[in-house]
Amino acid sequence: MSQPVLDVRDLRTHLVTRWGTVKAVDGVSFRVSEGETLGLVGESGSGKSMTCLSIVRLVPRPAARILGGTVLLDGEDLLTKSEPEMQRIRGRKVAMILQDPMSSLNPVFSIGMQVREPLAMYHKLRGRALIQRAADLLASVRIPSPGARLRAFPHQLSGGMRQRVVGAMAIAAPPRLLIADEPTTSLDLTIQAQYLALLEELQERHRLALIFITHNLGIVSRICDRVAVMYAGRIVEMGPVRQLFAAPAHPYTRALLESIPRLGAKIERLAAIDGQPPDLARLPDGCAFAPRCPHVMERCRAEAPPEFVVSEGQVSRCWLAGR
Amino acid sequence: MSAEPAGGALVLPEAAPAVAAPRDRRLPTISLGIIATFVLVAILAPLLSPADPHDQSLRNRFKPPVWEEGGSWKYPLGTDRLGRDMLSRIIWGSRISLAAGVITVLLASAFGAAVGLVAGYYGGRVDAALMRMTDATMSFPVILLALILAVTVGPSFTNVVVAIAVILWARYARVIRGQVLTLMQLDFIAQARVAGAGAGRIITRHLFPNTLNTLVVLVTLQIGYVIILEASLSFLGAGIPPPTPAWGSMIAEGREFVTSAWWVSMFPGLAILLVVLAFNLLGDWLRDTFDPKLRQL
Repeated sequence: MSQPVLDVRDLRTHLVTRWGTVKAVDGVSFRVSEGETLGLVGESGSGKSMTCLSIVRLVPRPAARILGGTVLLDGEDLLTKSEPEMQRIRGRKVAMILQDPMSSLNPVFSIGMQVREPLAMYHKLRGRALIQRAADLLASVRIPSPGARLRAFPHQLSGGMRQRVVGAMAIAAPPRLLIADEPTTSLDLTIQAQYLALLEELQERHRLALIFITHNLGIVSRICDRVAVMYAGRIVEMGPVRQLFAAPAHPYTRALLESIPRLGAKIERLAAIDGQPPDLARLPDGCAFAPRCPHVMERCRAEAPPEFVVSEGQVSRCWLAGR
Repeated sequence: MSAEPAGGALVLPEAAPAVAAPRDRRLPTISLGIIATFVLVAILAPLLSPADPHDQSLRNRFKPPVWEEGGSWKYPLGTDRLGRDMLSRIIWGSRISLAAGVITVLLASAFGAAVGLVAGYYGGRVDAALMRMTDATMSFPVILLALILAVTVGPSFTNVVVAIAVILWARYARVIRGQVLTLMQLDFIAQARVAGAGAGRIITRHLFPNTLNTLVVLVTLQIGYVIILEASLSFLGAGIPPPTPAWGSMIAEGREFVTSAWWVSMFPGLAILLVVLAFNLLGDWLRDTFDPKLRQL
């Protein structure tokens, strides 16, 4: 097995709010290798985005603080870097695509100016070479007639097109690690499929390590190699996609999978997860999922479960998995 | 007479205008014309003015304008208390008014915008400190500061500009900061940061260009305001000292004689009215064209 591009160990990020301290990321560990796609799934507020913002050290300040852990990118710990060093790493080594294509481009500059900016910044390109590279870059994200599009302004492009431009800017370096934070949420289904195909293609070409944040399990099964399920700031279950989908060991994963409607399946009602998403400021002592878990035991309320190896490459934080 | 065919073709009621009439987007030619004229007059003052604005002629005091009884083409708009040609004084006075307006507003907007950008970008304590400074500045009356300066340092063009600019920047700071706060919520700022842009780059490349519309509108509207302020200060004797022709001090000089020689105060007053009105109309038009949401400016 190759050396992982990203190796996150015991990452902890807390948010100080008026309602108390929220453990937004609470001891998260995972690895992503070259050319591998890790899906990060979970409900809103489960800490997916906060985990990724912690990796690039852009958590919202002053409320959020990264308290501990290590984030090794090709063996170098990002958490010990200075801010100027981080600025050189962002975009060049770790790129990110955010979810809203409508506002992710600067409305006052043409597409060309915006695509040229990272190229000039990372590769010190100037003049004709720069213009040529910008057009090549747009072509590589399958934007038709890139030469003409370079002169367009963001409001003249469709959402899918804009998201491609953002994708083009993200791979300008190209980076080692690409984090895509629900990049397809606001696109319609056909455009979504095209965009996912494009991401896969880009990943293959540049051997990117890809983290894909989503709450769409369909997308996960389509493009991810491994998946990590987050709940209340922790990874409760992680493993190869097929294995995890076929045999989920954690009741939360099972519940998530059961709540997906399937074509042709004969069920009267769609299963929903009982209870409310947890109040992150007042989590129970034991397992955070215990209040909603159908299999809850005495032990779950008293003690948080450690990580148990369920099968080859699959781990789960559930006492049931440990038996 | 209705000759409707049997079976009754469906007659649609007269369609109400579905869309409101589009806003007037024609260039405000009149305002632009007035402003252009005054700018040209100010630049070409030495060529245009028929006489030296400082030339006194006590024999020709209070000559009425040409169309009045006793007026002559020698003094088209009459003369003042010291027999100086009103037209020449107004022509030269336009230099003072426009220069004061433009220079003051540029200084104030540059400083104010910088404060607003920094406050809005950094937020937190930086923002709180800068905004309290802004509030304090806004609560200080411009006229009072100018009077203090005039009394302590002596009245001069520089002091007028400084006095007004030192207060006026706060307005820009507040408006720009508000805009930056909304811009900061947009993804392209986050995206820039994720791509490795630092504070300087985000402020100059991403925030500043997005506030330019607002700045241009505010600058245009404020030029008129500053011209009035300068005139008020000159009127009060805290502005441009005599004998330099400034519209405000010209009005002041004529105020004792309004009943006998109305033209001495009237013409500089009209000049102020025209210029300020033109700048305000242009500013309104710019605001409506750029962004109708900027109503509060």
